[in-house]
Formats: sequence, structure tokens, C-alpha cells
Amino acid sequence: MTVESTAARKPRRSSTGGGKRASAKKPAPQKSNEPELIQLLTPEGKRVKDAKNAVYDAYVADITAEELRGLYRDMVLTRRFDAEATALQRQGELGLWASLLGQEAAQIGSGRATRDDDYVFPTYREHGVAWCRGVDPTNLLGMFRGVNNGGWDPNGNNFHLYTIVIGSQTLHATGYAMGVAKDGADSAVIAYFGDGASSQGDVAESFTFSAVYNAPVVFFCQNNQWAISEPTEKQTRVPLYQRAQGYGFPGVRVDGNDVLACLAVTKWALERARTGEGPALIEAFTYRMGAHTTSDDPSKYRNDDERAAWEAKDPILRLRAYLESEGHADEGFFAELDDESEALGKRVREVVRAMPDPDLMAIFENVYADGHALVDEERAQFAAYQASFADAPAAGEVK
Amino acid sequence: MAVQKLPIAKAINESLRTALENDPKVLIMGEDVGKLGGVFRVTDGLQKDFGEERVIDTPLAESGIVGTAIGLALRGYRPVVEIQFDGFVFPAYDQIVTQLAKMHARALGKIKMPVVIRIPYGGGIGAVEHHSESPETLFAHVAGLKVVSPSNSADAYWMMQQAIQSDDPVIFFEPKRRYWDKGEVDKEAIPGPLHKATVAREGTDLTLAAYGPMVKVCLEAAAAAEEEGKSLEVVDLRSMSPVDFDTVQASVEKTRRLVVVHEAPVFLGTGAEIAARITERCFYHLEAPVLRVGGYHAPYPPARLEEEYLPGLDRVLDAVDRSLAY
Repeated sequence: MTVESTAARKPRRSSTGGGKRASAKKPAPQKSNEPELIQLLTPEGKRVKDAKNAVYDAYVADITAEELRGLYRDMVLTRRFDAEATALQRQGELGLWASLLGQEAAQIGSGRATRDDDYVFPTYREHGVAWCRGVDPTNLLGMFRGVNNGGWDPNGNNFHLYTIVIGSQTLHATGYAMGVAKDGADSAVIAYFGDGASSQGDVAESFTFSAVYNAPVVFFCQNNQWAISEPTEKQTRVPLYQRAQGYGFPGVRVDGNDVLACLAVTKWALERARTGEGPALIEAFTYRMGAHTTSDDPSKYRNDDERAAWEAKDPILRLRAYLESEGHADEGFFAELDDESEALGKRVREVVRAMPDPDLMAIFENVYADGHALVDEERAQFAAYQASFADAPAAGEVK
Repeated sequence: MAVQKLPIAKAINESLRTALENDPKVLIMGEDVGKLGGVFRVTDGLQKDFGEERVIDTPLAESGIVGTAIGLALRGYRPVVEIQFDGFVFPAYDQIVTQLAKMHARALGKIKMPVVIRIPYGGGIGAVEHHSESPETLFAHVAGLKVVSPSNSADAYWMMQQAIQSDDPVIFFEPKRRYWDKGEVDKEAIPGPLHKATVAREGTDLTLAAYGPMVKVCLEAAAAAEEEGKSLEVVDLRSMSPVDFDTVQASVEKTRRLVVVHEAPVFLGTGAEIAARITERCFYHLEAPVLRVGGYHAPYPPARLEEEYLPGLDRVLDAVDRSLAY
């Protein structure tokens, strides 16, 4: 190799910083958390009333003190449940846990906006939404403990199974909503997903389908800033809610740590859907305080300052400040709630520890609704093999 | 008139029409299935008679077609979706494999997934890339899916009825190069079970097992072999998941020789599974190893080479000779 050829392979430096380099400049990250955020309750717990929010404010204008206490209770109990599940994972009782810490307002606000006959399609972190739908929280733990891959009847509370593959459920929600419209029903559908999922083709396709068929579906994106270790800047160059415009339906960014605003905006979007106005996208601007799941370590990819800044926007503290300043809740309420939290934690602990391993034959259960010869054959082989062990439990017996 | 002579495409069309008439929950979905009636006209006239709410033209997005069909099934509908061509199914493969196939199990049996995915498949029509593939093994390998392929008009009519009535997801592979082959359809017949293989021609010297487009090739091979004094039995598998091994076994116990024929690549294909299972079941009956004839481990070739790639009469008869030489 000659000196010349080596030199030729090096990147050429331009003292003038010529055209090519200038155009290859890295795009500036969007600073997108300021302008359009719908907020009804400041981080200090002050009620916001302004013209920008008026259309949404109308949906919570007559909210009672009791309902406000209910939202607070939901958030506190959901956080307690989540903390218990995280602890149970650390104790080896769960194989994995996806914490919602910090996202309580987004989930409780939107969840409480739904009606019983609405249908919810979650990801795998919507423990607060499940709570609002009346799903027993211990049912959520089966898949994380490894005793099933779902664990509840989706039609029992109109709350679909958790979906692990990112964004898939947005299409199921859209199809379901198309069915709702065909049935002439006035219920609505809500699909949850995250900022990371917004990069998935399925989410884009669900936007297309829902717009084309004017399906009564609300897309609720919890932008918690991080898709495992990838920041939102790795998913998009425009604020996520603005994507809706390109598909022909409205998008709104709401303060995801403001339960009142999340409730109001979701009620607005669901009402639009119910009255034939089609889909809407809500971007709940929030923050995942913990890890993506108990398997990752956020200290490897983000700094403490960021978390500290978001802690100041805690959804529970701000509603408490509001309840106290308005005289909507007294000491007795908070003390009672503390007791209820502890009782919930205890129940979750006990139920999880008592959760039996599934029956051995469960491997072959429900693979098909109408049966399948190969499954029947392999089930029989497996049963015979298990029975060949002298100390084997009988079928149906717990190990 | 109960018995009619219909091409396969028309038999499927009439089957879809019957299903739409019988059950208001049945929907047809896909690209161009409405006004155009599908690129092969399999859904011709259905939108005109059943309207845009029942026969739904979709955006050009396969994952969206299958994903929304899953949602419609959750709402109580029975969607029959068309994937325009075999090679276009892959954008939807994620939805089919990670969602459609597993939904019933994940819900511990509480919900059902009566979705039919129609895929015109296979070569022999001189098409461009991605229009001639046989990906059935990729679906048969996935628990939770059922995979079938008719070879004639009567099966096309009845198997489609049965697939739509099934509470499980069925991947319905339509042999596109046989769409225009005519056969008798008795709409008042009582059809056999969806996943049962049939003996399409009786014989005593060797069994040819095939499905979909290759059944005709095997029947032609059997006719040609007869002139040489060889008696070949042809088993039409009809279903790749589950496979009716009992019917194949019964045939092989009679003929003692088996050649499996399909367009899909031989490597890890349906033929490999049948060879393994039949060897297990019929080891002491076999006079020769189970042989396979099929596609090569290469991308589907350009159209000018497809006649060499696809199993034809000569390749099948060559395998028959090799088997009989043992």
C-alpha cells in the first residue's frame, strides 16, 4: 500500500466546512415539552384555568370532591401494588416486572374516563388501567410469575390481555373498533402504547386503518421518554401527537402527570369516538421513574438530574396538594388510605406466593379451539412419559 | 341443481357467497377484493351483492389487514382476509404468528380466533418475484394455526365453508395455477372432515402424497406410470396442519413405498415431516426410503426457469423409478 493510497482513504478535512459537511449536520433534537401541553393541575397542585384548556376543562368542570378523592385513591393503591410487585420480583417471586412508577396519572386519568362498555387494549404496563377496569391486580402477576401467558378473561372487564410485541395491539383495537361501528354501538375503544412503539409499522397502519374507516378508537400514547435505553429522540423528530395530523385526525399532548387533564382529554376523545367523529391520538407526556423492567439498569443510560426534575412533577403529590388546599380530604382519609394500601400489599404478597404452578398438561391446553391431531398425539406421549416416573404427580395434581 | 361444474376460483367465490349469506358475522377483507373482485376475481361480485360493510377493500398494508381482522374476531366477527400473493404475507407474518396463533391459548381458552387467511400460492403462472412462493411450512410449524390447501373444485368449495366455520385460525392456501381448472361441486354433499386426507387414485405399487397444485401432477404421473405397468396410489393430503398421517400410513402399508411431492423447498418441508413420521410408523413395511420431490434451497427463480424448478411429470416419475429400484 502506498502512502498516497492511504492518504486517499482518509476522510478529507475541509477548512471551509464545505457544503457536504454542513448538510450532514445532525438535526437538533426537538424541544417539545413546552407549547401545547394540556394541563389542569400544576405540579404545585394549583388548578389551571385558561382559554387553551377550556374545551377539555368542560369535561371535569363538575367533578366532585369524592371523585377527586377516588382518583387519588386509585393512584396511591396502584403505586402500592406496583411497589409490591417490584419487591416480589426482587425476592424471586416474579420472573420480571414492568413498573408503572410515575405513570399513575396517565393511566388512572385515562382509565377512569372509560365506560364499562368501552374496550381497552393495553401493552404490558397498564396496571393502573387494569385497576380502573376492575381487573383483580393479582391476575396481572400470573404472566410475570410464569404461570400463564395471559391469565384473565378479556371479555370479563373489556380489558384485553397484555401484549408483549410492541404496538401489535393498536391494530387489534382498530379492528375491534371497526366492529363496534359495524354493530352500530356507541361504545369506544382505547389502545395504549408507548413512545417506542410509535416507531412500529403496526402503529402507523392502525392510524391509517382507523382514519380510513373512521373507527371509534382512541390512541393513548404514554410518552415516558424512554424505550428501554432509547430516548424519544431516537423514535421521532416531531412531537408524537403531531403525527395524527398526517393521518387526518386530531392529536393532543397532555401533561401525563396531571390526572385531571388526562381524565378530561380522554373523556373528550372517547366522546368524539362515540359520536362518530373517529379516532384521536393522545400523547401523555410523562416519565417512567424506574427501569423499563426489573431486568434493566437505568443508571447506565440516564442521569439522576433528569429523574429529580420529574420527581418534582409527581402525579400523586400534586393531587394531594390540591385536595388539601381545597379542603377536599382530611387526615382521616389519608390515614385510612394508608391502611388500605398496606392491606393491598399484603394481599398481593400472599396471593402471589400461593400461586400454584400450572398443571403439567397445561402445555397442551387451549392450543386450538377445535382440537388438533398432532397436539392430541403429543399430549398422550407426554402424559405417558410423565407417568413412567414412579414419583410422578398424577394429572391434575399440583407438583 | 346440486352438482355443478366450476373452476376452483369460482368454487371459492360461491363458497364465500354462501358463507356471507348464512352468517351475518362473516366479512371479506383485503386489497382489491371489492369492485375489482380480487386480482384473480375470486371475490368477484361479492361487494356488489353484500355491500362495502361486508366485503371490505383495505389499505395496502398486510399487517393491518390481519391485525384488524384479529380485532374484528375479538368483537365477534368471522373475517376472511385475502393476502394478494404468497410473497406478500410476510409483513403480516408477525401478526399471524405472535398474535393470531396464540390468542386462544393466552386467554386460557376464553376467546376464539375464527379468522381465515386466504393466500393464492405457488408458481407456474409466469409471474414476477414474490408472486409464486409456497411458504406453507412456515405456517404449519406454528402451533395455533391450521393450514390447508384444496386441489380441486369440490374441496375448494367445502374446505372454505369448513375453514370459515372453524373457531381456529386457518391459513387457506389456494393453488393459483389451478384456479381455472374445472371440477364438479355438489353443494348438497356431506363433506368429509377438513383435515382428512383422501385417496385421489387407488394403486398398489407406490404412494404419491401431495397437496394443492401438485395433486394434478401426481395424478398425471400415475396415469403415465400405468402405461408402463406401474400402479401408483395418489394421496391428496389437503391439510398440512394437522397432517392426516393415518391415511398416508394406511396407503404405505399397502404399497410399501412413498414419494412426497410439493412445490415448496424440500429442506425442512412438509415432505420431511411426512418422511420422518412414516418411517417411524411404517419402518417394517417400507421397501425403500421415503423420497421427496420439491423446490430447491434457492429463491424462487425467474419465470423463464420455473418449469425447471417446479416438480413436473418427469421429476416425479424419476423419483418413482428410484423408489421402485430398491
